Amino acid sequence: MIFNTRNFEKIRTLAVVLISLLIAFLVISIISEHPLKTIGIFLFEPIRTVSHIGNVVEMSIPLMFTGLSVVLLFRTNLFNLGAEGIFYFAAVVASSVAIHFAANAFFHPVVAVLAGAVVGALLSAIPGILKAKWNVNELVSSLMFNSILFGVGLYLLNYYLRDPQSFSNSSYKFRPSAMLDVIVPGTRIHSGLIVALLCVAAGHYFMYRTKWGYELRMTGANREFAEFSGINTTKVIIMVHLIAGFLAGMGGSIEVLGMYNRLQWASLPGYGMDGALVALLAKNNPASVIGAALFLAYIRIGADQMARMSDVPAEMISIIQAVIILLISAEQFLKFWKNRMLLKEAGVRE
Amino acid sequence: MSESLLEMRGISKVYPNGVVANAGVNFSLREGEIHAVVGENGAGKSTLMKMMFGMEEPSEGEMLLRGEKVRFRSPQDAIDSGVGMVHQHFMLVPSFTVVENMILGMEPRKGLGINRAEAERVTRELSAKYNLHVDPNARVEDLSVGMKQKVEILKALLRGAQILILDEPTAVLTPQETEELFRELKLLKQAGHTIVFISHKLKEVKTLCDRITIMRAGRTEGVFETASVTEQEISRLMVGRDVVLKYDKEKKAKGKPVLAVRDLAYTNAAGKKTLDRVRFAVREGHILGIAGVEGNGQAELVKALTGHLPGATGTIDVAGSVVAGQGIKAVRGLGVAYIPEDRMRQGAAKEASIADNLISTRYAKKEWNRGPFLDRRRIAQMSKDMIERFKIRCKGPEQEIGMLSGGNMQKVIVARESSASPRLLIAEQPTRGVDVGAAQLIHQRLLELREQGCAIVLLSADLNEVLELSDSLIVLYNGGVAAYFDDPSGVSEEKLGLYMLGLEQQSEEEAGKAYDL
Repeated sequence: MIFNTRNFEKIRTLAVVLISLLIAFLVISIISEHPLKTIGIFLFEPIRTVSHIGNVVEMSIPLMFTGLSVVLLFRTNLFNLGAEGIFYFAAVVASSVAIHFAANAFFHPVVAVLAGAVVGALLSAIPGILKAKWNVNELVSSLMFNSILFGVGLYLLNYYLRDPQSFSNSSYKFRPSAMLDVIVPGTRIHSGLIVALLCVAAGHYFMYRTKWGYELRMTGANREFAEFSGINTTKVIIMVHLIAGFLAGMGGSIEVLGMYNRLQWASLPGYGMDGALVALLAKNNPASVIGAALFLAYIRIGADQMARMSDVPAEMISIIQAVIILLISAEQFLKFWKNRMLLKEAGVRE
Repeated sequence: MSESLLEMRGISKVYPNGVVANAGVNFSLREGEIHAVVGENGAGKSTLMKMMFGMEEPSEGEMLLRGEKVRFRSPQDAIDSGVGMVHQHFMLVPSFTVVENMILGMEPRKGLGINRAEAERVTRELSAKYNLHVDPNARVEDLSVGMKQKVEILKALLRGAQILILDEPTAVLTPQETEELFRELKLLKQAGHTIVFISHKLKEVKTLCDRITIMRAGRTEGVFETASVTEQEISRLMVGRDVVLKYDKEKKAKGKPVLAVRDLAYTNAAGKKTLDRVRFAVREGHILGIAGVEGNGQAELVKALTGHLPGATGTIDVAGSVVAGQGIKAVRGLGVAYIPEDRMRQGAAKEASIADNLISTRYAKKEWNRGPFLDRRRIAQMSKDMIERFKIRCKGPEQEIGMLSGGNMQKVIVARESSASPRLLIAEQPTRGVDVGAAQLIHQRLLELREQGCAIVLLSADLNEVLELSDSLIVLYNGGVAAYFDDPSGVSEEKLGLYMLGLEQQSEEEAGKAYDL
């Protein structure tokens, strides 16, 4: 039987997604001159051509990195939203390596990405240590760090990386050796996808199969219990922050080297916050990050195409996201149904 | 039925975490009776009472008061309809006086202020009427547990309670206090009040109550006139089989000392001396019982023993190593296992699976790992063995532990803590809030460990349990060792009660025999 309590969370997430899509359709029907056509564009345009499918996959790559990063933090019961600032700052670091150093086409991107990831890990450790040792609220410190990292990153971009010949806030061109290879012809899908999928797989095995993952899950489920069982939760919290920062940093570095030939971000790109949404949809399961990231990328590309080809603006997508966040965080949503299932399984009814 | 004062029909309750606490329960209360609700913990007694008092709303079913349908959305609704409740954990403001607690939320007014004279008069009048004597101007934090309970009862009466629900009122009382409570309750009954008495102590139920409703696994097993059933019959209906709380244990030769506590003292942040020169020793294969009214130093003692009471003076030796302030991890490393009192906070992670909860103290050991990965097959096998051996009622090792009843959850914790062949086990209220069947199983497991040479410190508020299991016994009063008995089998509960209340105290020399090396 599919409709039992064990599948409750999956069914609930699915229901949330369907409801938010229905609300989107409703809004489209109200504001569009040709609602059916617009909905068609929104739903099917992302898979109509190879290049559009490519867009979806390209966009899902950074989401996988930040999503996985946030999943690890959330699972440890750490409400840290610092992936955003780290993603940006690591992109700055990777860019400077791509601009200022020379190496062959294998080592150059590897070094650049690792540099971004390591810097990300170290930066992430700061709120981690503050949390673990002095119980500083990680939400507050990580959000403050987003501002700090953005400010410092923008300064570096403006004063050390900026190409004086360009009119906008953009860096010198990367050396071609630093850029990631396209792996699917006809799209811009780059080798970062392979790294992302490997990271997700590693994250899954780490979380469910290793003793460190076990420590992480127990610390997240009940820190006091973990402590009393003899787990050093201070160490666990710092470790999780290091890994999460590494992943977010890697995501930023790979995004900038895979998709662009110069760094042009004059504002935070938003992938860190989207990572929280991905984690929410993935129910804090590493393996589900792939599906969640693809889904989010899909509706974003759909919305982009819709804005281009119809009379409904892309901001429509915010409504879908808002409904998803609202319903998924609403613990009581569909609980009545679960209760009925439980009573039935306990044999009260029928 | 016109004779029932309050009736609950077909009540079901599902908690948000998915626990089905009540399933189609029927309950009826006659005017002017003392009605016992008995059942193992996790049988759904407390849930049923919470719904009667408006703290929870039933998922299904209806409630009739004097034949009319009622629905309590909050305790205020229940109070307005004349239902009062005395909780297991008192709902009083410790820093307020008795009078202030009594009138909280219904203060008699004098202009803009509170009419204190009137408040005190009302309190005195009520306490005289029902023979519940308390000092109206004492601060609640200075009162004994028994006194606090009286304040709770008075509070409910002042709010016009005709039906009074008492949730395990005797769990925290000494035998003497219990007797006094029973006299007062009988008086209340004569005055026309109806009392619901929740308990799992059958002896008390037999002496006090008129009728009994027996609950098991969220359902009612039946309603009986107390006179018509024996204790054995009740317990059989509660547990589904006969139980005996009597164990044969062999006297054993003295083993090597494992734990030695010398001159342990601690002064808390408020400047109160909560541990005062505590000395005792425990040997291999020996169970030391620690009795005492809650709040007489037990909590601090356990903290010190598990290595997280910074600021304590004196020494604690576990097999030759001093453990003071080392932290629980280091203490566990010496072969100490610990069954904490608060199983939801320190004993288990309720969203994690049974298997995850079983391995939490051992996961890092080599035998549970294969290369970088945990040996899942071995852990699963161990979990299955434990579930079978401890008769843990569940769907399998992967079920969330939070879905289990209190007793089954406690079995998981005991299984975990006892199976690492510990040298010393600190068991803090190992059977509190656990049904008789589970308690029996846990007791047997403790005795098995004793057989294998483990030293055990058993802290419990259940005197029966302490007396039955311990090889020797100390009583804590006001942070110090008030008495030591090297053969508890000859000690009566009443005698223990005298020491627990501080009415008697052994000489330093006598009590000092607890430190026997």
